[in-house]
Order: sequence, then structure tokens, then C-alpha cells
Amino acid sequence: MVQVTSPPDEVVEGARPVTGASPAPAPDAAGLGRARATGFLVPALVLILVFLVVPAAWTIYLGVTNYRLTGLAAAHPEVVGLDNYTQALGDERFRTSLLLTLQFVLGSAVIGQAGLGFAIAFALRDRRGPLRRVVEGFVLLSWILPSSVVAFLWIALLDRDAGTLNALLGIPGTAWLLDHPMLSIIVFNTWRGTAFSMMLYAAALENVPRSHLETARLAGASTWQQLRDVVFPRIRGHVLTNLLLISLWTFNDFAPFLITAGGPEQRSEILPVYVYKVALSGGELGFGAAISFIMLLINLVIALVYLRMLGRRKEPA
Amino acid sequence: MTTDTAPVPTTEPTRPTVAVRHLLAQIGRYTFLCAILGFFALPLLWLATAPFDDTPTVTASLPRFTLDNFRALLDNPYALSSLLNSVYLAAGTAALVVTFAALAAYALSRVRVPGRDALLYGLLLLSSIVTGTATMVPLFELAFRLNLIDSRLGVILILSGGLLPAAIFILKDFMDSTPTSYEESARVFGASPLQIMRHIVVPLVRPGLATVGVWAVANVWGNFLVPFLLLRGPDKAPAAVIMYTLYTEGGQADLRLLSTFSLLYSLPVALMFVFVSSRYGFRFHGGIKR
Amino acid sequence: MSAITMRELTKVYPGGVRALDALDLEIADGEFFALLGPSGCGKTTLLRTIAGLEVASGGSVRIGERDVTGLPPGKRDVAMVFQDYALFPHMTVRDNIAYPLRIKKVDRRTRGGKAADTAEELGLSGLLERRPGQLSGGQQQRVALARAMACHPQVFLLDEPLSNLDARLRLEARTFLKRLQRELGVTTVFVTHDQAEALALADRIAVMEGGRIRQVGTPTEVFRRPANTFVAGFIGSTPMNLIDARVHGGELAVGPARLPLPDDSHGQVTDGERLVYGIRPEYLDYSPTAVPGALTGEVVVVENLGSVSLVSLDVPADDTGPADAGSPAGDAGRTSVQVVVPEGAEPEPGDTGWVVPRPGRSLLYRDGTLVTATATAEVPAPRAGAAVRS
Repeated sequence: MVQVTSPPDEVVEGARPVTGASPAPAPDAAGLGRARATGFLVPALVLILVFLVVPAAWTIYLGVTNYRLTGLAAAHPEVVGLDNYTQALGDERFRTSLLLTLQFVLGSAVIGQAGLGFAIAFALRDRRGPLRRVVEGFVLLSWILPSSVVAFLWIALLDRDAGTLNALLGIPGTAWLLDHPMLSIIVFNTWRGTAFSMMLYAAALENVPRSHLETARLAGASTWQQLRDVVFPRIRGHVLTNLLLISLWTFNDFAPFLITAGGPEQRSEILPVYVYKVALSGGELGFGAAISFIMLLINLVIALVYLRMLGRRKEPA
Repeated sequence: MTTDTAPVPTTEPTRPTVAVRHLLAQIGRYTFLCAILGFFALPLLWLATAPFDDTPTVTASLPRFTLDNFRALLDNPYALSSLLNSVYLAAGTAALVVTFAALAAYALSRVRVPGRDALLYGLLLLSSIVTGTATMVPLFELAFRLNLIDSRLGVILILSGGLLPAAIFILKDFMDSTPTSYEESARVFGASPLQIMRHIVVPLVRPGLATVGVWAVANVWGNFLVPFLLLRGPDKAPAAVIMYTLYTEGGQADLRLLSTFSLLYSLPVALMFVFVSSRYGFRFHGGIKR
Repeated sequence: MSAITMRELTKVYPGGVRALDALDLEIADGEFFALLGPSGCGKTTLLRTIAGLEVASGGSVRIGERDVTGLPPGKRDVAMVFQDYALFPHMTVRDNIAYPLRIKKVDRRTRGGKAADTAEELGLSGLLERRPGQLSGGQQQRVALARAMACHPQVFLLDEPLSNLDARLRLEARTFLKRLQRELGVTTVFVTHDQAEALALADRIAVMEGGRIRQVGTPTEVFRRPANTFVAGFIGSTPMNLIDARVHGGELAVGPARLPLPDDSHGQVTDGERLVYGIRPEYLDYSPTAVPGALTGEVVVVENLGSVSLVSLDVPADDTGPADAGSPAGDAGRTSVQVVVPEGAEPEPGDTGWVVPRPGRSLLYRDGTLVTATATAEVPAPRAGAAVRS
């Protein structure tokens, strides 16, 4: 099973010498009792149920209707069975959008955010002081700023005539957003999301004991070999959790809409943008919900693949 | 680095190569870090210069310094009130999320609930899957039936529902790494569970609460889909929605207004982040494992 | 008044681990009592069950006249010092010490004053406004003790009180702890895995293994007359020599050597019976020349312990059958015997030496249990299978 543990088994043992009998951790250290514990859980669970689980279930229902924003079907939606799904799967535009989304996830999340995030965390691993703070500060700033501001910053940066990038590169007139829309949103999303991976890997790298690295270095291992043989096996769980989360987030990210709006000619129309256009601009709510549900299923598959990889890790241990 | 001081159990001639390789690695590392710095700083330049330029363009350049642009802000009827709306939404959501998530995370961390990890992970997956776009339609329907259309409370509740699973996830991480002996000690002295919560647990996990609070505020501050969907009319609209309308509506964007508003809209989250990270350290506690 | 009585006390964890197994124990009022044993023996569980942090699965705990088995920890009138001290890091020393009084709704001024008084008793006066993180390990321990004292409990419970201190500080803290307990006269139970700590501090010791008590006694009793080979091997800075032997014509045969039977085993053993002979290295005398009634063998290792040395000899022994559990590992037909030799008399490895047991100090174990004149040992032998650890 997948769970989050800050490693009490590592951190706490390091801080507290473990001696004598160590009974199983007390099931109820604070003496809460079942009833009070349930009481603590209920408010959060109610909110989650009403505003998260119910809408998700509703999506499934809407996906089999011909519900529309306007017109006759808005007042009396009819159940049309799997029509929406067959229509979607047969739709060239949907399939292209799916492919673009996979490119987007692979390029900006797996390679961009995770790769860059790890590289920064590794380069800064034993740095303290101003350099680390400045680099981390800028990376985190790009993460923390509101998306509508950030989107405009990138529109300005990539502007064809007066953009800072073209001015720096000395190639005015290069229309990045028109000629390379996918590349633009992939780089944009990498820029925007790297902070999460960087912080997660920075925390993970602190869990790699110095003595392990020093042992490898004494044995003459190169940096690459140290990474492969010492660091990576140790943080494999962090890597997979990170990839899982950022893959899902990126898959459902709507922010590229603010930059390219899916264009030009649907060449950067990733699935969230597609759904938005179909359901809200186009008014086909039922069809949009069906595509949303397909997205849910794909997300589930992504999640299960990562969870399987995580599970496999535990078996040999 | 200690490579060059460590005894190198090899023959003499390799010593210089070790030093050279070490030097090259250092140069490589700094070059990489400088490139990273450039990459992340470049898009932000415009935000730092344009608001103070008397004739702002989309190019980042040394400004001819002026504060006149901020007057454009005062002239716009919705600019300042939208920031207040954002504060209202962010504060309400953060308070709700931190309180509820802390209670739930504590119960999950300290009492063995059957299937708690499956439950938590399932909800987390759901919350990262079911984002605004996928459930846009049902959310609108739901709000309509609960009479929450054009209600800021509705926005707060919906945002809280989406943020809670991850907030519980993060906070449980903090609580799990707090030794239970603190609470047991208080219990032996006769403290009630609520006293333990108030006297011991809350002060101990304050960095975690701050992290979640900041994270929730930043999320709400930047979210425009939910308020865009649920709030009618610009008088209740938060800054995210106003910002969006500024550069999508009405042909040529007013760059004076856009740049100053961007800056003013960005500053609160940036300042809050600086404050919290200097006070508590904004990082993952031990990291997320497995 | 505040004696502690446990009857049939049992704790079974979910999953079936039996941490306490129908345990009977009485701790007298004012006694300084040690729970001693290896990891996982149940000693910490026992302490936590007395505190009420663990709920007993069966049996009862009484403190003084009250049955506290069903009471929550806060109602038992006990105070506990945790292994990591559990000082609240966000409170000052004063607030930490006053915390139990805060729970008892004592007003701020009164409890601040009481905290200051307690702190002064323990030599912490100058540290009242500091945070726990700014204190040394020894100071932290005293603050934890002060906090426990502040609410004047009937019983103190200490979980590994000295294990978080470094070696030098530990001795100092040990003396301090013993004096404090004498002055306060409050019934105190502490858990330790360190036999030296238990011997030095406690009025009485319970040696535990596998959720059961293997022996209860004063330090002298458990050191001089361990009731079984488990206790014999656990108590003492150098473990007791446990040697396979055979009764042979009113004497004990260890290989070719003949040793006198221990005094109180006369009439308890039969000729030809195989037993385990126990003698502490401290109670053996080394001789470089042949003496009667001695074990002899080649000196293998000499370990300098400061004022004395620990000498290991390779001694021929009975080669019949596999080595009994409890006897030191060795080649078939040979066994290792350790002896403490005073400074100046150390042999060299390779020498041949003779070791003579002092009269009245040797013991015999049958099936792991002490053979005594008073037919039964203090504590019944463990169930079959739970036998003695090697």
C-alpha cells in the first residue's frame, strides 16, 4: 500500500537512541479514543465528500447524457448510453489532443520538472548560504506567483516583436507561440512547476547518509556511479511519488490555456483545454463530461502504474 | 569538498588528474547553477521593471523610473477591491483548510483507523485528478442546487474540499514525525485530549500548519477557475479573475494597469512566502516517502 | 501506602505478541525497583502498563489501596520520565516543570513559584527561562525529573533514565538519581537494559525475559545466586562461566578435572547426572602452577580491564553429547573459561594456567534452573520451549 511517512523509523531513531524493549507504537498516544478521533475526521471528510467526491461521481452520470448548456437538451437531458464515448474515441481531434497531452506530461513533468528539480537539488545538496538561497528563491517564486500573472509574463517574454527573449537572442520576429506552441507550453510548465520537485528531492537527498556517499567515493565511484548506486536506490520512493504527483497535476493543468488557448489550429490543445472548449465554449456538457471521465480513467492508469512500481520496490526488502 | 584532502590510495601521477577533475566538476556545477538562475529570473524581469517604466512595453528594460503607473490602478474601479476579495477568499479557505486538516491529520496519525492509508491516498489521487476543468460542470450544478451561486462562501467551501486531501497528507507527515512521548507525557500528568492538542501538538507542528496555510493561500490566490465559474459580476471577483479580464478583454491591453496590477497582485504571496520561509523554513519535513 | 501490586498482568498486542505473560509482582512502598532485561522482554510494556499508557489485556494493577487497572494515566497519581525526557520544546524550563500543575488548574503565580522551588532543589535555578534545546543532556534529565516531582505523585516511573547521557555523565547522574530517590522516599520503578545500572541503583531487581519475570531479588541475590542460567548470563559485567559437568563419585567432573560439589547441592544430585556448573570469573583464582581441585588449560586471550585483567583459558571438557544450551560456544571437548586476574599477575597467551573456584561461590544448574538445598528456586522454571538463551 502506498502511504506517506516521514520516516519516523529513520529520523526519530537517529535522534533518540533506541534501547530496551520497543513495543509496537502505541495505537493511541494521546488517548483520543475512537469516538473523538472520528469527530476530528468528520468535518474534513464531509467537505471532501460534498465538494470532491460528489462532483466526480456526477461527472460519470453526465457522461452518459446528451446534456447541453443551452437548448432543448439543457432542460431535459436524455440518457444516451455510451454514444459520447464512441464519439470521442472516434474523434480525430480527441486523439490528437490525447497525444499532445502525453507529450506535455512527458516533456514538462517527467523530463522537465523532475529532471531539472533533481539536478538543482543535487547541485545544491551541500551548499549553504546566499547562492543556495537565491537559486531556491527564484525557483520557488516562479511556483508561488499567481498563474494568470505568470502566464502574462511568458506571453511578454515570448512576444514576437518586442519579447525579451528575441531581444536577447537577437532574432526579432520569431513567433515562438505560433511556430512552437507545444515547446512553449512545455518550457513554461517546467519553469512553473520545478520548485515542487526541487524541494522534494532536496529533502530526499538529506536522507541519504553521508557515510554511504563517502564509502562510494573511497571506492573510486564517479559522480554518476554514486548517483546510480547510492543515491537513486535510496530515494527511489521519493522519485516515484514525485513523478506520480506531478504527472497527475500536469495532466490536468489548465494554465497553458492562458498562453496559447490551445492554438494555433489546436496544435497545443491538451485535454483540459479541449474539455473546456467542448463543454463550456461549445456547450456540449454531456460530451465534455464523457471526456472528463476518460481523463479520470487515464489518470487512474497512470496512478496504478506508479503504484505497481512502488509496490515492486518493497518486495525484495 | 573533501576529495582533495582525503588520502588517495593510488599512485602519484593520478593526483593532479583528481584535482583537475574536481575543479572541472566545480566549474560545471556553477555554470549550471548560473544557467538555472538565468532561466528562472528571465521571465520575472518584466514584472520588476515594467510597473516603474513611464512607457511600459512588453520588453523588459531598464525603466525610466516613475510611480505614475500606479495611478492607473486607483482609476480602475475593480482593481483594489478585487485584491480585498482575494484576501477574503484566501483567508477563509486557509482557515478552514488548516483547522479541518489539522484535526483530521492528528486523528489519522495517532489513532489506528483501519484502511487509513488507502483512504488518504485515494482522496489525494482524487483531488489531483478532479481539478477544476474535469468537474467544472457538476461543480456549477452543485453550487446551483445548494444555493451557493454568487456566494463567496460557496467558493471557499469548494476550494477547501479540493485542498483538504493534500493538506491532510502534508500535515500527517509532520504529525507522524513528532515523537508520541510528548503527548504521553502530558497524558500521564492528566491532560485531556483537547488540552494536549492545544498545549502540545499545535505548538509542535506550527511549522507544518504554517506551511499548509501558506500553501492554501497561494493556491486560492492564484485560482481563477472556481471564482470565475461561481461569482457573477466584477464586484465580488478576486484579483485572479480581474487580471485575466485585463489582458483578454477590450483589444489592446493597458500595460500600465496590467504591469502595476500584476505586481500588486503578486506581492502579497511573495511577501508571505518570504516571511514564512525565513521564520519556519518552507520545506518538506523529512520528505514524502513511498 | 503506595506499594504497587500486579496480579496475573497480561498484555497481548494486536497481532498476538504476548508482551506480558500473566505476571505477578509486588513493589514495596518507597522501594527503588529496577525492571531489567534484553530488548523486547516486556519491561517497557510493563512500565507503560503501570502508567496506564498501555491497557492491560488481563490481570490487575494496584497502587496503594486503589485498583488502577481501568483508570486513565492522568488519574493514577504517577509521574513518568521518558527515555527522551519528552520536554516540551516550545516551553521554558519553568513552564515545563509547572505543566502538571497547570493541568491541575493551579494558578500561574503559585505554580511558577513551585516550579522555581523544585528547580532549586535540583540545581536548576539559573535555567528557568531557557528552552530545553539550550540545555545539556544532564540538565534536560533534571528538568524532566523536576517536572515529575512537581506534582508530588505516589509513584515515579523512569524509562531508561540514563541511556541518553554520555558515559561520563551517566555515572554522575546515577549517583544523583540514587540520592534523590533516597531523599524523596517515593516508590520508583525504572526500566533499564544495563545490568550495571540496575545493580548500582536498585533496592530490588526484576530480571525479565519474554514477558515473564525470571528472578526478583536484591542486587546481591541476583548477582551471587542467579536463579537460572538466563539471569546468570545476563547479570555481571563479565558473564558467568557456565560449564558442562557430570556428577561423579561425590565430585564434579569437567573433562579430566575434578571439582568439589557446591555446598547446598549435596543430596540434590545423583551420581552420573549431567549438569551445568556456574562460576563467575571474579570468583575464580588463577594460579600459574598446578593446584588440586582446579581446571587447567592454555591461556588464549588476555584482556586488560584496568585494575584487573580478564583471562580466557581453553579447558578440556566433557565431549559427550552436544554442548548444553547456556554453555559458552567452543569446540567439542573443549570449553572456554574466563577468570579475573589482579594486576601484576597476568599470564601471557600460550601459558598453561590453573583456576580454582572460591568456596561457596559456585552454583549448579539443572535444566537451566539453580539447584539449591531449599528444594525450589524462587521463580518457577519457564515453560518448555521458552528455555534458556545461549
